[in-house]
Amino acid sequence: MSKMRKLGALVTSFAVGGTLAACGAGGPGEAGGAITDDKIVLGVITDLSGVYSELAGENAVEAVRMAVEDFQAKHGDDAVTDTIEVISADHQNQPEIANTKAREMYDREGADAIFDVPTSSAALAVAGVAEQNQKLFFDIGAGTTELTGAQCNPYTYHYGYDTYMLAQGTGTTVTEQGSENWYIIYPDYAFGQDMNKSFVNAVEGAGGTVVQSDATPFPNDNFSTFMTKAPGLDPKPDVLGTMQAGGDLVNVVKQYNEFGLREKGIDLAVGLMFETDIASIGVEPLAGTLFTTAWFWNLDDRSREWADKFKERTGSRPTFDHAANYSAATQYLEAVQRAETDDADAVNEELNGLEFDDFFARNATLREGDHNLEHDSYLVEVKQPDEVEEDFDFTKLVETIPAAEAFMPVEDSGCEMG
Amino acid sequence: MDALLQQIFTGLVSGSFYALLALGLSVIFGMLGVVNFAHGAFYMLGAFGAVTVLDTIGVSFWLALVVVPLVLAVLGMVLERTLVRRLTSLDPLYNFLLTFGLALILQDLVRLKYGVSSQPYSRPDLLQGSFNLGLFTYPRYQVFVLVFSIVVSVAVWLVLSHTRIGMIVRASTERPELTSALGVNVGRWVTPVFGFGVALAGLAGVLAAPMRAVNSEMGGDLIIVIFAVVVIGGLGSVFGSVAAGYLIGMLTAVGNFYVPALSQSLVFILMALVLLLRPAGLFGREESMS
Repeated sequence: MSKMRKLGALVTSFAVGGTLAACGAGGPGEAGGAITDDKIVLGVITDLSGVYSELAGENAVEAVRMAVEDFQAKHGDDAVTDTIEVISADHQNQPEIANTKAREMYDREGADAIFDVPTSSAALAVAGVAEQNQKLFFDIGAGTTELTGAQCNPYTYHYGYDTYMLAQGTGTTVTEQGSENWYIIYPDYAFGQDMNKSFVNAVEGAGGTVVQSDATPFPNDNFSTFMTKAPGLDPKPDVLGTMQAGGDLVNVVKQYNEFGLREKGIDLAVGLMFETDIASIGVEPLAGTLFTTAWFWNLDDRSREWADKFKERTGSRPTFDHAANYSAATQYLEAVQRAETDDADAVNEELNGLEFDDFFARNATLREGDHNLEHDSYLVEVKQPDEVEEDFDFTKLVETIPAAEAFMPVEDSGCEMG
Repeated sequence: MDALLQQIFTGLVSGSFYALLALGLSVIFGMLGVVNFAHGAFYMLGAFGAVTVLDTIGVSFWLALVVVPLVLAVLGMVLERTLVRRLTSLDPLYNFLLTFGLALILQDLVRLKYGVSSQPYSRPDLLQGSFNLGLFTYPRYQVFVLVFSIVVSVAVWLVLSHTRIGMIVRASTERPELTSALGVNVGRWVTPVFGFGVALAGLAGVLAAPMRAVNSEMGGDLIIVIFAVVVIGGLGSVFGSVAAGYLIGMLTAVGNFYVPALSQSLVFILMALVLLLRPAGLFGREESMS
């Protein structure tokens, strides 16, 4: 009996599922039909529980909600629709889960666009789903250049940062400032290898030398070997470039300080760092460390104004991931407003090649050729402890890298929009 | 040559953590027959304990070195009395699952309270800077960790080999049935020994706080290597686990230096070899396996 019941349930669920899918397929088909189901649905796929849940996570979802509210306040009754929903899902940084969640969002929950998706492999998975479903995807949290390179597609935008931009800022500038010999350590997985490649290119492009680059185990809590090895390399490196992230980065910095490498004339440059990392390590051990960021909240008045609103809601200052989520959602909604439809191809026409300037993205262009967001990026330095005025007030500007130089030229990206 | 010596020294320092953790794991396994999967979580709690007592009541690193292991010993004994004990008569798999679950719960509780980012903790002032060791200079703190762990290991060994309590523990570790048969109340020692093993993990955690990232994941990443260490040393062999701890530390450091890509696998390659050639472990005795 119970077996029969199970079978029955199974058959029913198939039948219902089939019907729903059929509805979904029939509904939005008509061309020019303004807004599907009379509502816009923004999906945020992010890490809600793991290592990136503080630098992205729930606050990234909150940032998208803020964008929706600000959009509604701005347009009032003239808004293209009254109903804008924000839905979210936890992908646990797993590509398979990200894939499933993205399908669910586009197919069943009616998402018109998906945002964030940290972890490169997960982002690439979602980009594939976006292309199949012909729905938009704004990647913010992941850094791989593949998204706008060999694996680019017309429905995917890379919004904020990538490994090329990080290397271009830190690798080139630090080398040009006279630290010509580099020792690079990177975690042995896709992001680390990608970062290593980008940094080697940037350093050599600026006339420097990478004396050696070592892949380190991941995760790893003991970097002593690399710290003791560094001063003995020939020629002696001027700077140690670390591509580690999260807990591994904390270990690197603690041990860099313990082995007194700064006193031995080896500076520290960090590939990718967020305020959350600096809070974990402490400002003092990092003071003076250079890194490149897409944005930081204390950049200027425009940024601070938004960061204040963000803090009122969430209790903490935003990372650049949070700001980029807000910015991307805003640009998307404005494009829908202009297109007067949420049809992805029509919205795409509005977005393609769009030039704009908001508190996050300065001198920005959504490049037609590879869908990378080109905007000013910033080489920053970790403040001295006595300069810090509040929590998360950790960085000061060293140099603004103009939008045109900050990102990989379109012709080098290897992207062919199908 | 200098470089190699320096790497060996580096290895001894990271081996200090392996040794302390493996020692606790081994004593617990020997006495209770419990494979304590929560050992990494207790290590993590040790580090968080150091951070918490500093942040809340300003307890220094030195005092934390005493207080935190004591608190964890009590926690360990409570867990043994309330949970572990109920399952020891069943298949060892039950306790394995229990401690695995405990590890997950402890990790998530810490994550709930502290989030996923690491907690800052600085070195004690006295141990800033570095020592000149002749051939090379080395951070003071790391030298301290090595010396301290050797002292603790030797002290534990002395207690085990020269006192009556140690004799009973050793006897019940290596031949529990025989020891009972000789009229020793083995059961009485089970709870304190479990607490002691947990305290050692906590001690390792406090030692780790100034030099490693303090976050809820720190123990989970380490525990697998520690299991390999214990297997290589010989399950239940107290000396074996300490020796294997330092050995694996050196092996990993030298591996990191010459073949970074392979270094993490080296431990497991060695473990596979040991299991093939000497299933009881390098220092274990065949009969204590049964």
